[in-house]
Amino acid sequence: MIEIKGISKRFGKLQVLNNIHLQLKQGECIALVGPNGCGKTTLIKAILGMVLPDKGDILFDGKTIRNDNKYREHIGYMPQIGRYPENMSIGQIIEMIKGIRDKRDGLDTELYDRYAIGDMLQKKMRTLSGGTTQKVSAILAFMFRPKVLILDEPTAGLDPIASDILKEKISDAKKRGCLVLITSHLLSELEDMVSQIIFMQEGNLVMHNSIGELKKITGKETLAKSVIEILKTSAK
Amino acid sequence: MKVLKYVVIDILKNKIVIAYALMLALFSWSTFGLEDNASKGILTILNIILLTVPLVSVLFATIYIYNSNEFIELLVSHPVKRSMIWKALFTGLSSSLVLAYLLGAGIPVLIFADASTAAIMVVTGSLLSVIFVAIAFLSSILTRDKAKGIGVSIMLWLYFSLLFDGIVLFLFFQFSDYPIEKAVVILSALSPVDLSRILILLHLDVSAMMGYTGAVFKNSFGADGGLLVSLGVLVLWAMIPFAISLRKFRRKDL
Repeated sequence: MIEIKGISKRFGKLQVLNNIHLQLKQGECIALVGPNGCGKTTLIKAILGMVLPDKGDILFDGKTIRNDNKYREHIGYMPQIGRYPENMSIGQIIEMIKGIRDKRDGLDTELYDRYAIGDMLQKKMRTLSGGTTQKVSAILAFMFRPKVLILDEPTAGLDPIASDILKEKISDAKKRGCLVLITSHLLSELEDMVSQIIFMQEGNLVMHNSIGELKKITGKETLAKSVIEILKTSAK
Repeated sequence: MKVLKYVVIDILKNKIVIAYALMLALFSWSTFGLEDNASKGILTILNIILLTVPLVSVLFATIYIYNSNEFIELLVSHPVKRSMIWKALFTGLSSSLVLAYLLGAGIPVLIFADASTAAIMVVTGSLLSVIFVAIAFLSSILTRDKAKGIGVSIMLWLYFSLLFDGIVLFLFFQFSDYPIEKAVVILSALSPVDLSRILILLHLDVSAMMGYTGAVFKNSFGADGGLLVSLGVLVLWAMIPFAISLRKFRRKDL
């Protein structure tokens, strides 16, 4: 579904992505892990077309995303830190995105209802707490029933109840056949939904394996322990 | 187009644009009220407009673009063309600043001055607003840092509004032994503010006020030709900086 063909990106002297090749298939839930500053967010932004790679190409359903924006109709993106126009209200933001996507029927309003956002549509974005901002991001990511979900630290800042609701929602999406790409430092949270893992370090792709293989390689029972094992061995 | 709607709504709510229109109105009405001779009044207003319109346009637009960072980031992850976001911001900023200029200065000028002078004042003032919005787009795409971007904008305004005519005059005295009229004409095309001044003064035909570049302009083109040439160059001044910034924005990493 998404094919990444040898992309590289350099910010000044820093090589953030170094010749990354990846195949991401439908129905998978992929955890993107690695130490801070290893290029996870840059990779995600490259898929979204926010960062333009110096070399290489990204294909979405077989078509290059270069100079294209239509493919983003199929992507729901939840950024690590949602940044929104400060003096717009929650209601205006949601209305604006609906207008821009030109989709008003058949929307997925489950998160909207369960987070009870309807009660605070008047609130301005700058007055919101980090957690509420995350809720708005989550609602927007799921609202248009996308085929691909890209979630950058989705549960950071959410209270346990909200985070549980979101995890249920991610599992449902996976069952529906979505491709889910997720980064998180809280690996135990991902345990039961993740089917594959991508491990990055200093802009390089270190491994891309299914969870079963990962556990076999490291000889540990859980995802969290396996990843810590990998992190330790690669640090040596 | 959908993006433009949200930009315009947001700008028109902004108190600075309203204050700007009121300030222009206050200046214009009081000038015409104090001067019994309308063409003297026009000259006073001209000088005020040549200073304030570029300054407010370039500063307001630069700050607005930097503050729209979040808005831009929000939109690029959705199916929206990048160039459309940039064009919507440009159209929104230009049209609201032009609107403020028309409401503030345009109405009194149309009432007090004769029709053709008023028309030229309205057209050049609007063009100046658009040009300095375009310059703001260019300086804000050049650097990520807001303070630097605003600094670049102010420097450009200072250069075009105050330093430029001085530099031309200095060059003229330095090279007065040589035939440099043509070079001066070309030089004056390099500053939209000087061009606007020339354009209006050519029409008013007050050579004493024209400044050095204006006098040369008149000799080279005659009044009507000069008018057309300078209008054309002003339009280029609005288009080129914006076109460069658009090219850069398409390739910017967000």
